[in-house]
Amino acid sequence: MDIRTPVPTIYGYFSEKYGPTWAEQASALKEVFGEAIEAVWMPGENPVDMPTYFVKKEKAHEFVTTLKEKYNYSFLTDMTATDESEDEESAKEGIRFHLVFHLMDPETKIRVRIKVKLKDEETIATFISIWPGTNWAEREIFDMFGIRFDGHPDLRRILMDMRWEGHPLRKDYPLRGYQIFMTPEPLDPELLK
Amino acid sequence: MSDSKFKNDVPLDIARWGFPGKFDVTIKKDSDDLFEDSKMLVNIGPTHPAMHGAFRCMAKLNGETIEKSYCEFGYTHRAKEKLGENRTYHQFIVYTDRLNYCSALVNNVTYAMAVERMMGIQVPERAVWIRMMAAEIARVIDHLICIGINAVDLGAFSYFVYGYHQREKAYTLIEQLCGARLTTSYTRIGGLMSDAPEGWENGVKEWVKETRGVIHELDRLLTENRIWLNRTKEVAVFNKEQCLLYGFTGPNARAAGVNIDLRRDQPSMFYDKVEFEVPIAQVGDVFDRYFVRVEEIKQSLNIIAQCADRLKPGPIWAEDKRTRIPEKDVVYNTMEGLIHHFKFFMNGFDVPKGEAYTAFEASNGELGFYIVSKGGPKAHRMRIRGPSFWHYQGLDPMIQGEYIGDLVAALGSINVIAGELDR
Amino acid sequence: MAKDGELDFITTRFEDVISFARKNSLFPLPFGTSCCGIELMSTLAAGYDMARFGAEVIRFSPRQSDLLIVAGIVNLKMAPVLRNIYDQMADPKWVISMGACASSGGIFNVYSVTQGIDTVVPVDVYVPGCPPAPEGLLNALLRLEDRIAKGDTHSQRRERTRKQIKEQGVK
Repeated sequence: MDIRTPVPTIYGYFSEKYGPTWAEQASALKEVFGEAIEAVWMPGENPVDMPTYFVKKEKAHEFVTTLKEKYNYSFLTDMTATDESEDEESAKEGIRFHLVFHLMDPETKIRVRIKVKLKDEETIATFISIWPGTNWAEREIFDMFGIRFDGHPDLRRILMDMRWEGHPLRKDYPLRGYQIFMTPEPLDPELLK
Repeated sequence: MSDSKFKNDVPLDIARWGFPGKFDVTIKKDSDDLFEDSKMLVNIGPTHPAMHGAFRCMAKLNGETIEKSYCEFGYTHRAKEKLGENRTYHQFIVYTDRLNYCSALVNNVTYAMAVERMMGIQVPERAVWIRMMAAEIARVIDHLICIGINAVDLGAFSYFVYGYHQREKAYTLIEQLCGARLTTSYTRIGGLMSDAPEGWENGVKEWVKETRGVIHELDRLLTENRIWLNRTKEVAVFNKEQCLLYGFTGPNARAAGVNIDLRRDQPSMFYDKVEFEVPIAQVGDVFDRYFVRVEEIKQSLNIIAQCADRLKPGPIWAEDKRTRIPEKDVVYNTMEGLIHHFKFFMNGFDVPKGEAYTAFEASNGELGFYIVSKGGPKAHRMRIRGPSFWHYQGLDPMIQGEYIGDLVAALGSINVIAGELDR
Repeated sequence: MAKDGELDFITTRFEDVISFARKNSLFPLPFGTSCCGIELMSTLAAGYDMARFGAEVIRFSPRQSDLLIVAGIVNLKMAPVLRNIYDQMADPKWVISMGACASSGGIFNVYSVTQGIDTVVPVDVYVPGCPPAPEGLLNALLRLEDRIAKGDTHSQRRERTRKQIKEQGVK
């Protein structure tokens, strides 16, 4: 038994309700984008709970904007990243990170997931112009993983101290890697100009 | 204003939206400003009198108007996402109730749902009803404390004491259920820690009746109070479009007109079998957020009363070999029980490969757990989508151009809990 | 006392009177960062009242208080701030470390947490618990009062050392 087991809607498992819409949208998007979608994992066959689109980095903005405007996935639920450096398949292709978006449609409440594969020192353009809410999410991803976003107005550390070295959520950062500071964080007057 | 000594008015569209052209607000300079940059820096620093948590809000004031502000947090960062990768799924339950510590039971319930979904487990009925009651009680006490602190910041102290007394009584109920007042760790993967004692539902029903009286008093105290209306109407408005762009959920979004409530739209557990309404307001100012919370308390009390009536005796553990913790008499008397107990708690159970994002309507908004598992007893990535993170980001655009006193009102109304913000 | 039981005056030591006054009129500074902060609020509220032990006046400014109750997690980012606040308080000052996270890092042995605030400030009383029940915090307050009466706290030892150095000179 795993995530594909059809458990009744006691957990909000809505494959029957949203299944046809997901399949329709997947086929329509594959026609429009073609090569840019590397793979689509649908809930029945793969162990996921919502359709997961793997999109190439160059077309990621266009894909997300199409979903937001044409298919009405206008609510960004979450933006995060995962570190895939320990995975053998990803290591063969040189992929280090997956950038993950969760989108939702505020009227029909359908959800979808988008993943963008990134290599170790690759940067990606910022998503602020699509949703201003990604401002801090990108700062957090930079702080925790080290992925840089081009065009971000203010990319600096958000959760850790500004003098911290290293990126904590990477797999090679130890759980107990303390770094001790003797003085409080210096205030940056540039921020208030 | 035609005097050439003074600089031009400061445009704030960049400050409010992050990119030009979307919003046009200018602040007029006073004619008696002697210096060009006669601005005062106010630092509502990491420790401050409002009992919200440790985060910093720096504001540059022109007189009393906020020209630019920036918010900083990270003073309670406890690395729960990294701990999620280094602890087994059972050991992680303890960390989940330190997320939104004002309503710890909701976080436990959401986490248990998330892992059970990855494994395809279904808990029996009684466990679901008790989980629903626990979640709604936690939601009520979170809203009570949020409104209380919001009122205290604005000077209305007497309601805080009434609301807090109800919270203490709820603590007694929660203590009867699981032994702890605040950090409960009540749910287990595939069941609950222990059954509710006999007669617990009657205590809950009495508490519900008392709380209805307290909320009625609160309504009479604050809702039509002229001082309260003057301080909270049209203050820190965040309209529907902005809510959708900034990822607001929960009562803050419903106060602006966004019609999303995951209990009604994606009903998990038995929310489709109980009747409740979802209050939606229009304007999205501080008063609307307060009012939506008061109405939500009333609806949650209805849900609790309905659940208490439908609670029937039965098992509380799912009979799944992977997650069923053996009973103590089996552990102490049989060899297999002892070994099973040992292996369960030392190694943990394996969760099959896959990934899932499970969301639940917590008291602040949509609390989500995105778990990526590559098989094995520990998660590969445990991402916690805390609603306070996205709400605190909206504080900066909300208060540009408002007075410094409104900053306090807005901060209290968003209900930022430091545990969820920093994780 | 007079022979017929009338109370005229009591002879005692100067230090005893001073510690009696100090311990029964503590001005706490609630440094509440996380979950223990909520239990601190419970202790200060009407159910478990801390005002009945004299600690009624809650001042949020270090210049006006003498008891620093650190309730909740202290990060490596927050530790210098805590030290600043402790330094700004005037002698005599006492510190209660409330909860497991403040005393020793608690369940969070991770990269961003100080493993105990006694690496940053000298602590007089530790309160175990996660979070400690309000009765636990009141017990700690009473213990602190006992130690103030005996003269056994860090702050009072510093006072005695300073006095000793003034009288006898540094050896």
